[in-house]
Amino acid sequence: MENSYRNFFRRRGTISLLGSLLSILAGLLLGFALLLVFNPSHALTGLSNMLFTGLRDISKLGKVLYTAAPLLMTGLSVGFAFKTGLFNIGASGQYTMGSFFALVAGIQFQLPWYVAMLAGMLGGAIWGAIPGIFKAHFNVNEVITAIMFNWIGLFAVNLSLNNMPMMIASYWGAVTKERTAKLTDANPAAILPKLGLDESFGNYMNIGFFIAILSAVVIWIILSKTTFGYELKACGYNRSASLYAGINDKRNIILSMTIAGALSGIGGAIYYLSGTAQFTIVKSLLTMGFNGIPVALLASSNPVATIFSALFVSYIQVGGDMLQPEFAKEIIDIIIAAIIYLSAFALLVQGVIAKVLMNRRKNCAPAAREEDDRC
Amino acid sequence: MLILADILSSTVLFAVPLLLVALGGMFSERSGIINIALEGIMIVGALLSCLFLRAMDLSGWGAQHAQLAVFFAILIAGAAGALFSMLLAFASVHLKANQTIGGTALNMLAPAFAIVLTWAIQGQGQTTIAIPKWVRITSALTQDNFFTRFIFKSLYLTTPLAALLLVSAIVILYKTKLGLRLRACGEHPQAADSVGVNVYRMRYIGVCFSGILGGIGGLAFTVAAGSGFQSQVAGYGFLALAVMIFGNWKPLNILGASLFFAFFKILGSYSGSIPFLPDFKNVKSSEYIYLMLPYIVTMIVLVLTSKKSRAPKAEGVPYDKSGR
Repeated sequence: MENSYRNFFRRRGTISLLGSLLSILAGLLLGFALLLVFNPSHALTGLSNMLFTGLRDISKLGKVLYTAAPLLMTGLSVGFAFKTGLFNIGASGQYTMGSFFALVAGIQFQLPWYVAMLAGMLGGAIWGAIPGIFKAHFNVNEVITAIMFNWIGLFAVNLSLNNMPMMIASYWGAVTKERTAKLTDANPAAILPKLGLDESFGNYMNIGFFIAILSAVVIWIILSKTTFGYELKACGYNRSASLYAGINDKRNIILSMTIAGALSGIGGAIYYLSGTAQFTIVKSLLTMGFNGIPVALLASSNPVATIFSALFVSYIQVGGDMLQPEFAKEIIDIIIAAIIYLSAFALLVQGVIAKVLMNRRKNCAPAAREEDDRC
Repeated sequence: MLILADILSSTVLFAVPLLLVALGGMFSERSGIINIALEGIMIVGALLSCLFLRAMDLSGWGAQHAQLAVFFAILIAGAAGALFSMLLAFASVHLKANQTIGGTALNMLAPAFAIVLTWAIQGQGQTTIAIPKWVRITSALTQDNFFTRFIFKSLYLTTPLAALLLVSAIVILYKTKLGLRLRACGEHPQAADSVGVNVYRMRYIGVCFSGILGGIGGLAFTVAAGSGFQSQVAGYGFLALAVMIFGNWKPLNILGASLFFAFFKILGSYSGSIPFLPDFKNVKSSEYIYLMLPYIVTMIVLVLTSKKSRAPKAEGVPYDKSGR
């Protein structure tokens, strides 16, 4: 009995899950403290709004799943790149490109949703491949290229949309010129199927979340069950060593970034093919891509854990919208940031736990010592 | 000629925040800490200094002692940035956390905190802190000739201060014991430690410098942008990172890189009044072409110079005494 208990705690996954839960708890406490400071009389209702809105009725739950889908995709994108030793800060640009390609396929070319989805994937993949190519062949840090191409992508998309009259809502009878056309007007076949889910989960619900879960599983299989995934990870740990072992490091860096980009691209496609969202032409980067970073970090880049962290982030964001007007909804961002920052402490705590267990184990069974698997 | 003066003047105005923040990033990376939190540091510096300027404006003291108030605002920006950057230093030096993760958390924290605080102070939905008019340095001289136009078109106290900080950065980095030790910690911390340099302390100092410069850079950006503080710095913290790499982690190269980038950034807004630039008449919203320009040009230059690019060797690696 005691042995199985200790085995449970010895597993790295358990320790990091405990760490994440502790940081989440601490982050929420900080959030409550902020609510108390800024408006004590509404603090308790604020907290309950934040924590329980997502479950209050089933249409809110539908909204949680609706925003969780693109978050999960960008989280997977960032996490996948992390696993292969790259920092994909370009998820925003890839997401933008994915949305653009998907919408062009759906509106300009009147193609059905699955083709538009593939087009979105392609757009994201191209925008992801670029930092990969620059890193592999020109020795330019992927973070810099990705930042540059976030902006280039945004401006290129805005420029193209302004020169494609058919894409804009005004072409289809709406007043606004700053948004892309509503898919319900332009091409209902490009809207993601709802499979009748919208009847119980409200208007927002579609199959997007299931596509995202499927992608998470596929990425998990690639990373942990295939030689290809192993090679990608090996490149991330030590580029020179994997080159020595006969792995084509340049090809793998480009492939990692391409796959990461494709994931963000699907995220953009899922969001804008929902039929409820319209792409707005603005001069600031889309935040959905950047929100993928905390989602990936909360899940320690594990694809399956990313499902839950995306759900969590989406859940408290939906709750956060209900904080207004008494509080700014950005309190949610503070909470998430604090959770990520605290997860650094959690690493420290994990280290201490692991050390204690290791020492104990050394004392009773020195042969059973196994290396800590750091992924 | 006057238009040239305008362009150069705006170029300098926008190069100043890039220069300051990139120099900050340089100090941090030279000591071995990747400072991706520059964006957040800028926001915190700009937030507190703009709140100070607002308070001075309301009390009326600022209008009477304009540049003294701006000077205090700069001090506040630097102090705020330094304090905020200590969060990064603590996580990455003492907790040995992943530096990108800590930085990302701070980047997320800063704008959210700024919005929440601005709301709390200015009232619901009031997300912009206006910059008082007296912040700009004006002159009675006419702006009809090249030099007065170039200097006084848009002059803020941050600009001469940036020049001063650049010189001090060069002196500190290359001519003092501190600078030598700092650089050693970024290249080979074990070797530095073996001769008695306190690596932890050096890294704290490096990050602290980046906080001071980043905070002041945040204020410099906000006055340059001209539309008040809106809880964001438009990605300038990240651009400064690019400028730093572009400048090869060296102060003078960083100066060149920031002027270069700022020039291409400004070019777009003057494209209509410069006769030999194409105006893309057949393309709708052609301003986006010029908006893309600085990023594309930077990428090209990065590719051309990447062979010579050399990052500090130990950056991003937490220092572990037992790993010697």
